[in-house]
Amino acid sequence: MESEVLDPQQAKSRQEGVKGESAPVRAAEKKDSAASTPQATRTDNFLFGIPQLGVTQVARQVPLNEPPPMPANADLKYIGKPTPRYDGAAKVTGAGKYTADIHLPGMLYAYMVGATVPHARVIAVDVSAAERSPGVRAVHVIQHVLGNAELRDPAKEAPSTYPIVRYFGQPVAAVAATSQAAANDAAALIKVTYDPMPFVVHRDAARASDAPLVYPGPADQAGTAGGGGGPANVPQVGNVHGPSKKKIGDVSKGFAEADVVVEGEYFTQIQTHSALETHGVVADWKPDELTVYASTQGTSSVRDEFAAYFKLPKTKVRVITEYMGGGFGAKFGAGNEGVVAASLSRKANAPVRLMLDRRQEHIVSNRPDSHQKLKIGAKSDGTLTAIQLTSYGTAGVGTGAGTAGPATNMYKCPNLLTEEYDVFVNAGPGAAMRAPGHPQGCFALEQAIDELAEKLKIDPLAYREKIDDSPARKVERQIILEKTNWRNRRPPGADNGPIKRGIGISQSVWYRFVNMNSSCEVRISKDGSVELMSAVQDLGTGTKTVLAQVVAEEFGIPPQDVVIRIGDTRYPIGPDSGGSITMGSITPAARNAAHQAKQQFLAAIAPGLGVPAEQLVLLDGRLVVASDKSRSYTLRQAAAKMPTDEISARATRVAEYTKDRLTYGGVDYVELAVDTETGRVHVERVFGVHDCGRPMNPLGVVSQINGGILQGISYALFEQRIMDPGKGSMLNANLESYKIIGAREIPEIEVVLIENYIAQSSTDAAGIGESAGVIALAAAIANAFYNATGVRMRSLPMTPQHVLTALGKADRETHV
Amino acid sequence: MSDPQKPSISRRGFLKAASVTAASTLVESVHAVAKEANEASRGPRTSGPGLVPIVLHVNGIAHSLTVEPRLTLAEALRDSLGLTGTKVVCDRGSCSACTIWLDKLPTLSCMTLAIDVGSRNITTIEGIATGSQLHPVQAAFVKHDAMQCGFCTPGMVMSCVALLDRNPSPTLDDVKHAVSGNLCRCGTYPKVFAATLEVAQGRKLVNPIISANREKGA
Ligand code: FES
Ligand code: FES
Repeated sequence: MESEVLDPQQAKSRQEGVKGESAPVRAAEKKDSAASTPQATRTDNFLFGIPQLGVTQVARQVPLNEPPPMPANADLKYIGKPTPRYDGAAKVTGAGKYTADIHLPGMLYAYMVGATVPHARVIAVDVSAAERSPGVRAVHVIQHVLGNAELRDPAKEAPSTYPIVRYFGQPVAAVAATSQAAANDAAALIKVTYDPMPFVVHRDAARASDAPLVYPGPADQAGTAGGGGGPANVPQVGNVHGPSKKKIGDVSKGFAEADVVVEGEYFTQIQTHSALETHGVVADWKPDELTVYASTQGTSSVRDEFAAYFKLPKTKVRVITEYMGGGFGAKFGAGNEGVVAASLSRKANAPVRLMLDRRQEHIVSNRPDSHQKLKIGAKSDGTLTAIQLTSYGTAGVGTGAGTAGPATNMYKCPNLLTEEYDVFVNAGPGAAMRAPGHPQGCFALEQAIDELAEKLKIDPLAYREKIDDSPARKVERQIILEKTNWRNRRPPGADNGPIKRGIGISQSVWYRFVNMNSSCEVRISKDGSVELMSAVQDLGTGTKTVLAQVVAEEFGIPPQDVVIRIGDTRYPIGPDSGGSITMGSITPAARNAAHQAKQQFLAAIAPGLGVPAEQLVLLDGRLVVASDKSRSYTLRQAAAKMPTDEISARATRVAEYTKDRLTYGGVDYVELAVDTETGRVHVERVFGVHDCGRPMNPLGVVSQINGGILQGISYALFEQRIMDPGKGSMLNANLESYKIIGAREIPEIEVVLIENYIAQSSTDAAGIGESAGVIALAAAIANAFYNATGVRMRSLPMTPQHVLTALGKADRETHV
Repeated sequence: MSDPQKPSISRRGFLKAASVTAASTLVESVHAVAKEANEASRGPRTSGPGLVPIVLHVNGIAHSLTVEPRLTLAEALRDSLGLTGTKVVCDRGSCSACTIWLDKLPTLSCMTLAIDVGSRNITTIEGIATGSQLHPVQAAFVKHDAMQCGFCTPGMVMSCVALLDRNPSPTLDDVKHAVSGNLCRCGTYPKVFAATLEVAQGRKLVNPIISANREKGA
């Protein structure tokens, strides 16, 4: 993480630079900066820096009830130590109950009917046959579709009884029945009459001046609590919405000053999130409370949207997410499926399970595509003089396809101009997906930086050393130099045979976001058992495990002895998990709650022991009297002396100790082989060095980075949504022809974590979901591809067809 | 599934099954159907579309059910028996999340009709551990953190345990082959490989004990 203070203009541009990030991220930003009411403070000295560069002490003003500064990981017992997953046994035995596994008494099964045309007015929806179908208990026709952009001026469109269909598969109606098969049967009997309209499903076609209009006037997508959404109230011409502009200095002056200029066009494809558990809920509408089991990244966002949609007080909506089968940015808010399930539950007076099927899951969300033009100028000594990026991308019927984050925030440059356009097409809405906009942006930026280095005749890694002032990435590059084959890198296209090997790197940038809606309660009971409660959810990122470590560290007991109850809005509010926000937001609240509970506990039992509370220490599962080490008790024995049966404390996230805007960075190194006869690219080795502040659980962090790297390879080489321009549907909405990386394509991966103490909170933890390789891999692969072949890959995915085309070897047969 | 079904097929096996079910003596009906099935196995037999009584032998326990002929084994396990450890992800044979064993052979339960299982022994993820004692492969998955969201994990475990049962000394390539059908969106593969190989290597050292555990577990 860098820790420089930015000037206000740059800070603003950086904030805006995080284009397309999830709404809770943006909301959190505001809350963060607003939370600055003066309060009593004290001065503490905190660790600051990266061990490789030297860790120093820095003084911070902190609120009086903050716990003492946390020592370095090396001096801690549980935090920073590889810790097996809290719910590992439940996951390997199949005992963990995911939303799709919830079965309530009398529960009905639902199926949603999607539009079979990509653009139409719905004239009629005939549900009579469905209602008579065996086992059917309720039918619901959708009145309002969530997720689509909304016209700024609704009068631009003639009123319609039913929502206008703007993409193939858009939810229209749904059925709840006594079995899934009965629901599916009945759903097939729903007759929808359409008045079709012209449509367009590809970005380039949609930009044409005579293209069919997805919206008859300017439209904006507010975004749900975390999914999608882009800049509002920008110009819109036809389907082209934008630009959203950022400007620093004067790029024409910058290019005039440049000795070397590189310029290129880059194309990236649409990727679907493809979590293995689909979007879905079990909704149980009761007169006194709506209970929703949701596969979500944000229990709070789901509760908020249900409360708003159904005009219920938040106190009457309960959301539960105990186990969750993957989100990657797509699962926030109630969603159409949630609203539909709750409506069906209300009508049928029974709980309803509605999980999307695999085809629907491919349509519900995606990472937008991009067409980027990037131009960078530098002086002969390498100093950057200008960066100019224009990007067009489609988020279907939504917005949020911007890619300017990396170009804006990776390297400092005095002159910058970015212009981002969203292009509407008749396809499902885009959503935040692991580092929104950044894999796309990096694919362009980091190739251009390599090109610049080549023109300047500087080693690409050494060139980054010159233009990048991030201390974290400096350390990371050094580790790559020491631990990889980088120094033996050969000139481009050095192999003579058909198999060509190459090496490449790319860097990444992400941002430290904090959500102040992060609270925990920690309880100790008279039997010495300790538990933590928070509404925060664990997507598989290991939230439960780290919370257990944090409480364990305070109480001096092993993490497995702490009970973690999370993923339920009945507990204190938790942050939505988007933008790598969770670790950095919730762990300080957990530590503070644990610390306060411990202090209360010690104060409560001290009189019974006849010693001042300050003399009591919790260590290795025991309570020790510091002045008389012979007096020690198990936690259970000590707790038995509590005057009440339970002591608990609740803490909410305290504002960051400073207002510095911090970024995270990673550097990823790739070795690959290109088979120039088949066009196949084989990634053979990845070496990733990453920064997540203080690594809380290295075991879990490495898991996430492995995942980011593999998703990055999958994006670079395999995945692409293919639309049928004639019918407007997705042709490969399944898992056999939408290719995702599998066991056979897994390279050797090595991950190194750096420690980066930033003195910003009581834990200094940070998330790693975004900055986990997923940003850098496509660019690193492209740079390695160039090193292997001497040819630049400017289009993703690098399928055999694209590779052979780039190598000039494609003939008619290789084109689809 | 409580709605009346309209039988439209009048084959012997079906009618016999339906009438006995109506008499609501399930155990007897099962025997009758089994006998009927034996007789019918000499010629073509059609079931349904009404409910069909079957017995599923899951993790050593026999469960009597009446099911629609189109019900997949995955649905029967998850919805009828509450064994939700088996996951359904694609429901068409392309992800292996639903892997169970039929007589120890890894099988996709989403591609298997419940009525086709017959007397074969079904092992699900719930039958891999012995009581609270994890199978060594499960323990190694936990130790290496070979899971993130965990949705693919039951299928992965089923594939890896089956691999070690048929090949106690697999190479990395053997492990990759064994899980080549198992999709994991979170990217746990490197740790799945490491966990499985570690069990194989450890087993060479402490073979008798672990084999005994494995027998109990399976
Ligand atoms: S759910 Fe059976 S193979 Fe995917
Ligand atoms: S752990 Fe999430 S899909 Fe494998």
